[in-house]
Amino acid sequence: MTARRPLALLATAAFVLAACGGDDNGDTADTGGSGGDVEDPAACAEGKTLEEGALTIGTGSPAFSPWVLNDAPESGEGFEAAVGLAVAGQLGFEGEAVTWVRTTFDEAIQPGAKNFDFNLQQYSITEERAANITFSDPYYATNQAIVGFPESAAAGAETLADLKDLRFGAQVGTTSLDFIVDIIEPSSAPLVYDDNVGAKAALEADQIDAIVADLPTALYISAVEIEGSAVIAQFPFGAGGIADEFGMVFEKDNDLVECVNAALAALRDSGELAVIEQTWLAEQPDSPPVIPVD
Amino acid sequence: MTRRQQYERRQRRRSAGIAAVSTAVVVAAVVLLVPLAPRWDRVKASFFDGAQFRDSFPRLLDAFVLDLKIFAWTAPAILVFGMLVAIARNVRSPALFPLRAFAAVYTDVFRGVPVILTMYLVGFGVPGLGMPRPWNSPLLWGSVALILAYSAYVAEVFRSGIEGVHESQRAGARSLGLSSSQTMRHVVMPQAVRRVVPPLMNDLVSLQKDVALVSLIGPVEILRQAGIEKAKFANFTPYVAAAVIFLAVTVPLTRLTDHLLARQRRRTSATAVR
Repeated sequence: MTARRPLALLATAAFVLAACGGDDNGDTADTGGSGGDVEDPAACAEGKTLEEGALTIGTGSPAFSPWVLNDAPESGEGFEAAVGLAVAGQLGFEGEAVTWVRTTFDEAIQPGAKNFDFNLQQYSITEERAANITFSDPYYATNQAIVGFPESAAAGAETLADLKDLRFGAQVGTTSLDFIVDIIEPSSAPLVYDDNVGAKAALEADQIDAIVADLPTALYISAVEIEGSAVIAQFPFGAGGIADEFGMVFEKDNDLVECVNAALAALRDSGELAVIEQTWLAEQPDSPPVIPVD
Repeated sequence: MTRRQQYERRQRRRSAGIAAVSTAVVVAAVVLLVPLAPRWDRVKASFFDGAQFRDSFPRLLDAFVLDLKIFAWTAPAILVFGMLVAIARNVRSPALFPLRAFAAVYTDVFRGVPVILTMYLVGFGVPGLGMPRPWNSPLLWGSVALILAYSAYVAEVFRSGIEGVHESQRAGARSLGLSSSQTMRHVVMPQAVRRVVPPLMNDLVSLQKDVALVSLIGPVEILRQAGIEKAKFANFTPYVAAAVIFLAVTVPLTRLTDHLLARQRRRTSATAVR
C-alpha cells in the first residue's frame, strides 16, 4: 500500500450519507436478531465477552483504508476502527479494556472457538453466510462502483450494455464479484484476486479494464493508491437485488450479538454513527455518474 | 509345497491378520472418537455439508478444466527446459563456462524463492512493463512463472541422474571415439533419464497442485472457484469437494510413481526384508 493521507479527500457521494443516515431498518437481512429488548448494552454485555472485563475486536490482517487508517485500529482512526471503539464504549469498555486482534476472512468464519468477541472487516450480510456465522445488524451500507483509468474502455459507460465487453477484476468473496457475475454479466469471465492489491496490479498491467469495489474502497483506491485512476461510475444502492450491508461477525449463536445490536441502535439514534461516517467516509464534491440497473 | 514355503505362507497370513486388526482399530477410533469432540457438529456443518458439496461440485469440476489445461502445456515445457538447464550445468568445455554459471544461478534462485513470489513477479511484473494485449495475459505469464519455478527443480532431478551415471561410462564412450556431445546424447542421457523417472513423477504430482497458484494473478481455476463458493456461504465444504477432484488425479499419478519406483527397486536391488 502506498502512503495514506488524512481521509478528508476521500469520500462518499452525498446521497450515500442520505441513504445510510436514515438506515435504521436494520432487519433487511437475516441478522442475529435485533437489540430491541436490551435496555442497557453495558449491562447486557457483562460476562458475555471472551475475557472478563475486556472486549476483543477482530479486524483484517492487514486492515485497509479507509476502514482502518495506517493498519492501526487501536488509534480509532478509520471508519471501522471508530465504529468498533464506539460500540465498545456503549458496551462499557474503554481504553485498556479493548484489545484488537487480526484475522483473515477465513479465520473469522471457521468453526470452533474464536479469539475475538466480534470481527469487523466489511463482511457483507447475506443469508447464505448467516447459516454458519452470526451477523450483527448492519453498521454501514454501500453501493458498488467501477475504478479504471480515464482512457480505459470503461470510461464514459452509461448503461450496463456499455460494460459487457470489458474485462473486470474484483476481490474474492466480495459482493462486487457477485455484482460483476450476476448484474454486469460481461462476455469474458472476471479475474479474481485475494485482495484489492492484486486487482490494482492487474489494472496497472492492463490485464483488466476496471475494478469493481464498494464505493468507499473505490474512492480510496482511485484517490490514493492508483495514480491517474478514477471512479468511472457507480451503481444504485441495492442494484439488481444485491444489497451490500456490512455487519459484524460473531461465532454462530453468540449471546453478545444482541448487546452489540443495542449498542448500534443507540449510536444510530444519537446520530453518532452518522458523525463517524461523515468523519471517515466524508462527502466528495463531484459524485461519479450512476449507471442505472433494472 | 516345501516346508519353507508353508512357513512363509503362515508368516504372510499372520502379517495380513495383524495389519487388518490394527487398521480396524485405528479406523474405529477415528470414526467413534472424532464425533465425540464437543464441537464436531460445528466442524461437520462447516466442512462436510452434503448439500453444499453437491451444489458446488459441478462448478468446481468446470473450473478444474483450466487446471488440467495449464498442466498440459506447462508439464512438457518444464521437462524440456529442465533437461536443457541440467545439460547446461554439465557442459565441460571451458568456453561455455558462462552457460554453466547461468544454469547454476538459475537453479539456485528459482529453487530458493517461493513459487508465490515468482508467480506475482512474473504474472503482474512482466505484463506491467507495458506488454500489449493479448501478450499480457495472466494465463500466459502465470504459466511462464510455473515453468521457471518447476524447471529449476526438474533440472536438479535430471542433474542428479546425469551425475549418477558412472564416470567409466563416459570414459568408455570417449575411448570409443564418441565426441563429448555424442557421449551425452547416446550414453549418459538415456541412462540418466531412466533413473529419474520416478522422482520426476513426484514433481509432476506437485506441479498438478501448484497449478492452482495461477489463481493468485486472476484466472479462476478450481481452488479459486472453491474460495468464491466458500466466501459466499461461509462454509469450507467446497474445498473438500475440490480436494476430492484433485485426489482423483493425483492418487493415480502417485500410484504410478510408486509402481515405477518398485519396479526400479526390483531391478536394482535384492528382495525386501521384513
